[in-house]
Amino acid sequence: MRMYDLPDKSGHFGPYGGVFVAETLIAALDELRTQYQRYRDDAEFQAEFADELKHYVGRPSPIFRAKRWSAHLGGAQILLKREDLNHTGAHKINNTVGQALLARRMGKPRVIAETGAGQHGVAAATVAARYGMECVVYMGSEDVKRQATNVYRMKLLGARVVPVESGSRTLKDALNEAMRDWVTNVENTFYIIGTVAGPHPYPMMVRDFQAIIGREAKVQMQEEYGRQPDALVACVGGGSNAIGLFYPYIDDKDVRMIGVEAAGHGIPSGQHAATLCAGRPGVLHGNRTYLIQDANGQILETHSISAGLDYPGVGPEHAWLKDSGRAEYVAATDDEALAAFHALCRFEGIMPALESSHALAHAAKLAPQMEKDQLILVNLSGRGDKDMNTVAQASGITF
Amino acid sequence: MSRIEAKFESLRKQNRKALIAFITAGDPEPAATVPLMHALSKAGADIIELGVPFSDPMADGPTIQRSSERALKHGVGLRDILAMVREFRRTNGETPVVLMGYDNPVEAMGYETFAAEAKGAGVDGVLTVDCPPEESSELVRHLAAQGLDPIFLLSPTTPPARVEKVAKYARGFVYYVSLKGVTGAAHLDLSELSGKLPQLRTRLGLPVGVGFGIRDGATAQAVAKLADAVVVGSRIVEEIERSARERVVDNVTALVSGLRAAVDAA
Repeated sequence: MRMYDLPDKSGHFGPYGGVFVAETLIAALDELRTQYQRYRDDAEFQAEFADELKHYVGRPSPIFRAKRWSAHLGGAQILLKREDLNHTGAHKINNTVGQALLARRMGKPRVIAETGAGQHGVAAATVAARYGMECVVYMGSEDVKRQATNVYRMKLLGARVVPVESGSRTLKDALNEAMRDWVTNVENTFYIIGTVAGPHPYPMMVRDFQAIIGREAKVQMQEEYGRQPDALVACVGGGSNAIGLFYPYIDDKDVRMIGVEAAGHGIPSGQHAATLCAGRPGVLHGNRTYLIQDANGQILETHSISAGLDYPGVGPEHAWLKDSGRAEYVAATDDEALAAFHALCRFEGIMPALESSHALAHAAKLAPQMEKDQLILVNLSGRGDKDMNTVAQASGITF
Repeated sequence: MSRIEAKFESLRKQNRKALIAFITAGDPEPAATVPLMHALSKAGADIIELGVPFSDPMADGPTIQRSSERALKHGVGLRDILAMVREFRRTNGETPVVLMGYDNPVEAMGYETFAAEAKGAGVDGVLTVDCPPEESSELVRHLAAQGLDPIFLLSPTTPPARVEKVAKYARGFVYYVSLKGVTGAAHLDLSELSGKLPQLRTRLGLPVGVGFGIRDGATAQAVAKLADAVVVGSRIVEEIERSARERVVDNVTALVSGLRAAVDAA
């Protein structure tokens, strides 16, 4: 049997991925690809990365069995991969540590990042402080207003937050602006992309850094349960936590992989961010992938209660896993995610991020359809402290 | 011979350099575009680059992004833009028109359909800025089947091996981005340009247009001494943006006439 080995040399996952950027960025991406290839196989680099993940991020993250919630749902056992316990409270830091180490080796003293809710921005600002780098974070001005706490957090860490006033003033516009900065300052600047999107080699590189999630899970499952899970469930915005869990399992064909997108107010309402469920292929932000777009090929604004899933594209590897049938993609609404958020708080004493709550919402639907001795491993990609205001607001409470 | 080749051929015989003028289709409103195209042509633009607005113009600076947003407010799509070109062609059969934009609107229409309809409308060349040679073989195949010229970008950071790759696909002319950055950026490095251009022109065997950062007559003139064509975009779009509606055509005419004179004085 042929082992999964995508992307190909030119960064394609079947028809998806690739390098769809203006000529002005080609040389920078060539340099990044060459350098990453070199350090990908460099024992010293990998050892330093592993050491940072252990002592700075706090890995390995445990797998926790949600016994009371599973019993309440009355079906398969739900296990949680606790990425919420990482330093800074989410899986994002795995990737920013990896890219910052690479930036340092490439001699780039300045890092830039885009952010939506601010989680990736905080993770980038964190590693910039850790390694003594200048950090600029681009954030849509709408998001700056909605996420004031994270903006302050980034400033405390020494980053400069630049509000982006163009387009819809959200994540996709922040990404456009970060790309423009990179084109202009490429000599001294490393662009830390936060998800498995963008031009090659980003989708591959971010996946490789996040794959620690799935590699750990495989070992932990064997040690603690003597077997691998029947299904993996993870939320998908750009898709970095999902691919981090899925990737080491792609060749294990008897493990189901399920990505859960944000259905917002419901897919028929048009107010959602369910790119794989309801979009169609196109080209945005450097790669070919599924997109939420109108008939003219213009990118549409999306909606999700979770800012981290509120993105009109998705990583190209997910597009390929969907088309090839290896992974399944479903969607959960704002209300379903909120219900799962509250359930986990009450049954397990764990406050999940609203992003991760989408994965939990699907696990809650799936578990009762499965046998009691079956195992569902959910990637609990982040903690919910950042979402207090949103959850309170949804319950009609103001502080 | 394509309309673009013919234009460069005739300019060469007259020992003149080309002025390429860019506007965004549908900016500030759809009805303004065809009159502006005629005005550009009358004021001395040899080739018109018509921007196809996109919601996420990653390679453009704020000026052109705002022009895209103005056009998109009117819902301007690729088919509307082809209708504008068709309208322009009713009275102008001579000035080449190049569509410049991003891949996704073209892909949404379908490469094959787009190429056929663009040809039918009277388009001469197509530049999709986020579709480098590595990703454009299918698009180029459909453009070539219709006799449309695929236009590509080169930048100061393009290594020699890539220049060969671009040369293989490019027709009509090549667009040399004169600085690192986005459209409309402030300055341009003339000495870098004079070092690179002669070699590039030989290697490519195609006329080279230089753009990104040309904001006044003096720069246009200096660039015209080195290149086959001078491309002006953001400066014209800026003029459209700050002119009162009834003054747009006159102000753009005055600006482009000035640039024409500067290019001819080179």
